[in-house]
Amino acid sequence: MSFAREAGRAVRSTLVLWVLTAIIYPFAMIAFGQIVFPFQANGSLLKNAQGQEVGSALIGQPFTSDRYFNSRPSTTSYSTADPKKDEAGILQTGVSGASNLAPSNPALLDRIRGKSDPDLAKAIEGDLPRLQKASVKPTADLVYTSGSSLDPHITPEAATAQLDRVAKARSLPPNQVETLIAQNTDGRFLGLFGEPGVNVLKLNLALDALSPT
Amino acid sequence: MLQGWIQIALTLLIVVAITPFLGGYMARVFQEQRTILDPILNPVERVLYSLAGVQAKENMTGWQYARAIVYANIAMALLLFLIIMSQGWLPLNPTGIGAPTWDTALHTTISFITNTNQQHYSGETYMSYASQMLGLGYHMFTSAATGLAVGIAFIRGLTGRPLGNFYVDLIRGITRILLPISIVGAIVLIASGVPETLAGAAIVPTLENPALSQAIARGPVAHYEIIKQLGENGGGFFAINSAHPFENPNPFTNLIQIVGMVTIPTSLIYTYGVFANNRKQAWLVYGMVFVIYVVFIGVTAIGEYQGNPAVNALLGGQAPNLEGKEVRFGWAQSALFAATTTGTMCGAVNSLHDSFMPNGGFVTLSNMFLQIIWGGQGTGTAYLFAYLILAVFVTGLMVGRTPEFLGRKIEKREVVLASFLILLVHPIAILIPGAIALAFPDQLAGISNPGFHGLSQVIYEYTSAAANNGSGFEGLADSQPSPLAIANGTATSATALWWNLSTCFSLLAGRFVPIGALLLLADSMSRKQPVPMTTGTLRTDTGLFTGVTAGTILILGALTFFPILALGPISEAFQIARGIG
Repeated sequence: MSFAREAGRAVRSTLVLWVLTAIIYPFAMIAFGQIVFPFQANGSLLKNAQGQEVGSALIGQPFTSDRYFNSRPSTTSYSTADPKKDEAGILQTGVSGASNLAPSNPALLDRIRGKSDPDLAKAIEGDLPRLQKASVKPTADLVYTSGSSLDPHITPEAATAQLDRVAKARSLPPNQVETLIAQNTDGRFLGLFGEPGVNVLKLNLALDALSPT
Repeated sequence: MLQGWIQIALTLLIVVAITPFLGGYMARVFQEQRTILDPILNPVERVLYSLAGVQAKENMTGWQYARAIVYANIAMALLLFLIIMSQGWLPLNPTGIGAPTWDTALHTTISFITNTNQQHYSGETYMSYASQMLGLGYHMFTSAATGLAVGIAFIRGLTGRPLGNFYVDLIRGITRILLPISIVGAIVLIASGVPETLAGAAIVPTLENPALSQAIARGPVAHYEIIKQLGENGGGFFAINSAHPFENPNPFTNLIQIVGMVTIPTSLIYTYGVFANNRKQAWLVYGMVFVIYVVFIGVTAIGEYQGNPAVNALLGGQAPNLEGKEVRFGWAQSALFAATTTGTMCGAVNSLHDSFMPNGGFVTLSNMFLQIIWGGQGTGTAYLFAYLILAVFVTGLMVGRTPEFLGRKIEKREVVLASFLILLVHPIAILIPGAIALAFPDQLAGISNPGFHGLSQVIYEYTSAAANNGSGFEGLADSQPSPLAIANGTATSATALWWNLSTCFSLLAGRFVPIGALLLLADSMSRKQPVPMTTGTLRTDTGLFTGVTAGTILILGALTFFPILALGPISEAFQIARGIG
């Protein structure tokens, strides 16, 4: 077969399949998602009583204070930035990321147990001392950073470990908070696949609804 | 712990249960027999053939098939490169991203045409929706269907049939296998919470501190996600791939993703059984791969379950290693995903392999060295049978008989092609650039984790490229700054330039040299006169022969790459056992 014919067939096949798989297929799926499942298709965004978007049911947020259940440590601070000082453009696109620290990397241990340094800029507070200061019994998920840096969950053990602290800070009876934890726990699929997790943002929204600031 | 093993076992059970159905269906599709979708697809395909100028009845020789692949891939690569470079002024760019550096675009193009999807970029900050939908998503179909076509042509040749027509196989693979499953899968994923929208990132004030805003990246993810898994592509819409809650929001979607990436390569072995009319041999080979697969999953899972001893000492008790893992997946689903994604050459990750215990490093690297623990789309199955041909040759030497496979004599040409493509190309594409990078650790390699793990990082990157896998030890400094960062004055990186260009060599060598060799091998097998089976014929569908094949695979793999495993993950394991600083 001549070069021209062979090249022509390659180009024509490329374009035909492009229209099928890169135009018809995605736009049909977008139309389907927007019409049939608009909530999920647009990112499962949660709204408050005033109708403002406050986050996504699937994406975690940073929480560090006593009044809220704390989320896992995140390498991107859950894709957040101060809108006035966002030189990196995080709020333009959103980001995700992980530590990529090897188990043999001393930096992993430094991050977890903290490191004192005469130069304060180089000192690391450490996830473990931070938890101990807040008198929260450390669990693995609260000292290891997540895969996506957006993990919406903590383990049920990590939630239980924080229960007393949050109940005290909000002057709520612990069993009431315990009920909220149970209500905001996503179980295993069919009771078999995956691990149960407590959705931190939804739990904290429920807390705020119960005892507003 | 038991709970974790149960979910792993159930997932594997589902995979095995699907095998005969999908395998049988694929055999019908590629033998042009009647299938359930005929009434819709026959007219559609007639239109596609005539628009593409394809003569459906024309058969190709091995050379013609290989040349058609090269021509088509060049045309597709040009299209992708142009789309990426012009994304700054193309529509569908709500987050306003300009063009990435030329070397990032080049590496991405080559990485996607080779079905690797090695990503030296972050989806959120480097690629517009146009690049993802119109460019990368397109190649997820075509590169997967190309691999599938090669696998089918190889099976045809091995079983004495003409190889077929590349364009017909390419189009039928998409219209009858990849696209229908993707449509159903995308719908299920959307319903489960995966976004499918053209809107840009949602900006919300955070609950605890309203002065701080959160950017929630979105996009047309669901349709992309399913073909990413099904086609063993693995290039995530977002930087962090299937660990991102929008790509993989819950254990149900995770199950779909794992089954999705492993189901075509497992079923294709059954397809071979239908073509060869020897299902027994197919199940024996299947069982052999399955045993290695299960052992590898077990080794990875035990490492993650036991966790990092240094951290366990701080926590005051044994806990799983959750660094780089999501709570909803835990140690079991993360380990299963890691062993599956590196075995099948998918390369998607739901947890970060760089942070796995050395067990995980050992398994993920070994998977990509061997390339047959299911292996790449189509090509993995072909490698598997190339190993079988080598095993026939080895056993033939041992008993002093002319080796035969499926009644066809294995002669010099076949052995040269099989050993060349298995024994030589892979190590060359990994070890030579790896040695160069390691000779200049600061200027070129950009290692982020010290010690033995650093060696693993470099070798992993080339192995992933040469095996067309695409996962990585992602701490490696292999990414240029994002288009926005460059616009803000960030200097480009020399290590990223090295990685972008040097992995292109491994990507291309690992893809097109073996494809050419496989097609020539299939071609010469299909032309042989079958010799009648006698009592003296070495039977290849016995447990004994399958055992010899397993030995051949493990010895060839171990001899070539064991020194790397010893210096990388095995040494790291001893280092951790001794205690880290």
